[in-house]
Amino acid sequence: MQHKRVIFQGRALPYMLVLPQLVITLVFFIWPASQALYQSVLLQDPFGLGSNFVWFENFEDLFADPAYLASFQTTIVFSLGVTALSMVAALVLAAMADRVIRGATGYKTLLIWPYAVAPAVAGVLWWFMFNPSIGVLAYGLQGLGYDWNHYLKGGDAMILVIIAAAWKQVSYNFLFFLAGMQAIPKSLIEAAAIDGAGPVKRFWTIIFPLLSPTTFFLLVVNVVYAFFDTFGIIHATTSGGPAQATTILVFKVYNDGFVGLDLGGSAAQSVILMLIVIALTVMQFRYIERKVEY
Amino acid sequence: MIENRPIFTAVTHVVLFLGVLVVAFPIWLAFVASTYPVEGLVSGVLPLWPGDQFWENYGSALTGGVEAAGSPPVLLMMVNSMVMALAIATGKIAISIISAFAIVYFNFPFRVTAFWIIFITLMLPVEVRILPTYEVVANLGMLDSYAGLAVPLIASATATFLFRQFFLTVPDELLEAARIDGAGALRFFWDILLPLSRTNIAALFVILFIFGWNQYLWPLLVTTDESYYTIVMGIQRMVAVPDSEPLWHLIMATAILAMIPPVFVVVAMQRLFVKGLVETEK
Repeated sequence: MQHKRVIFQGRALPYMLVLPQLVITLVFFIWPASQALYQSVLLQDPFGLGSNFVWFENFEDLFADPAYLASFQTTIVFSLGVTALSMVAALVLAAMADRVIRGATGYKTLLIWPYAVAPAVAGVLWWFMFNPSIGVLAYGLQGLGYDWNHYLKGGDAMILVIIAAAWKQVSYNFLFFLAGMQAIPKSLIEAAAIDGAGPVKRFWTIIFPLLSPTTFFLLVVNVVYAFFDTFGIIHATTSGGPAQATTILVFKVYNDGFVGLDLGGSAAQSVILMLIVIALTVMQFRYIERKVEY
Repeated sequence: MIENRPIFTAVTHVVLFLGVLVVAFPIWLAFVASTYPVEGLVSGVLPLWPGDQFWENYGSALTGGVEAAGSPPVLLMMVNSMVMALAIATGKIAISIISAFAIVYFNFPFRVTAFWIIFITLMLPVEVRILPTYEVVANLGMLDSYAGLAVPLIASATATFLFRQFFLTVPDELLEAARIDGAGALRFFWDILLPLSRTNIAALFVILFIFGWNQYLWPLLVTTDESYYTIVMGIQRMVAVPDSEPLWHLIMATAILAMIPPVFVVVAMQRLFVKGLVETEK
């Protein structure tokens, strides 16, 4: 591993410097994660009185459980929805902001601040706007002949949480798309313009292909966001309902562990989630290697 | 601009303006809702212009009129959030800058091991190790305390990486010069490295403050005592009142108050924020 050519001598000092971080990592990260691994192969009664070693039974049970498989499906629908909606909206806005000369900074400021809004708060705001009895949007939809009710209809609840999650993420994607576009040499675009390509054609044949590293990076980041950072949106609004329609995996781990007290099952779900994070992190790092070549 | 197309330019501005509207609309509505008496909200459709109850609603939200809504006074929750966010941001920066210093500027046995142990934390977000982490914190007697809110969240691979990358770009000549002048490791760190890292620290601080302020799941788990509620989780307690219609005017006032500090940080320190965002994702 890379380090300095010139370094300091010292025996105890470097250990004392890394110690705080190592202690916190070991106590609050490594130990709990190993406990999750260990518990995932145990069958425990909810009162903590005894436990049996059951090999992979918890995992087998999980994958035989229709509710868990449904939750997987829900998570995929949810993260695809969030990723697609927030990335397309951000791409359009960034392409427009890239064209603007006057007022570009103003638009940027006005578009990036939702990043600072907590997911749970974003969820509550949209929950309020779509509230079937007093919400403005529900009222508008009623005017159009659609009877919105996220308390009863699973589809409506899913759309609600997707919109709330995407709304918060647009600002992040916007910033990265805009930075990516501004890094594209203007001479390429000017050359295309001289050859007679209009703005739309230039976007699809030059800007969009050159943005692909940014797009791929954002794809991974958005999936990670939808998988793990949206717990607050779900928990503060639909609580996974109605009828499990918005129970994403992260919510299910929490719900089965803390509310259902199924410790082994919850631990097994944690292990599966860890594997997903590891896969996504590896993808992200491979992307970084590609960027270096690019 | 390459060619002059007035119509297309107009379309550009219209699209951006619509984007800004969509982004701002929920906040505007929340603000409007927070300025009406409660009867004004449940009796039908929400008006689009603020009412006259601004001072009453915010006053009662801040100082404790929200007990009916199921949460402690908002002012207390904001103080808790502030303590937690500042503790997380400073804690993360402090422990990762010294460990990055050790990893870059020293050669000691298990250096690479230490680096990998820190690296692994990237792959273990709170959400995937909820129960066992809760058990650890409970066994350490840290439930319902500021330490319990902040300490388990302050290990950070991202910050360590960022400082490591930055230290690697610092010229070796600085260190040689410092050594010739007789400075030891800590002296070099304090007098040279730390001042050089100022911008990086500030950028990271902005991002970590927002991260800390917006924590939701963790405070929800470790606090049962109302006096340690943070504002973001407190809102959920207000929305989830059993058997009655939530008090929307107070909830929305609380939501607005919960947004003000992080949004202010983003807008006021936009350049640092963007720098931090781009660098922490590298």
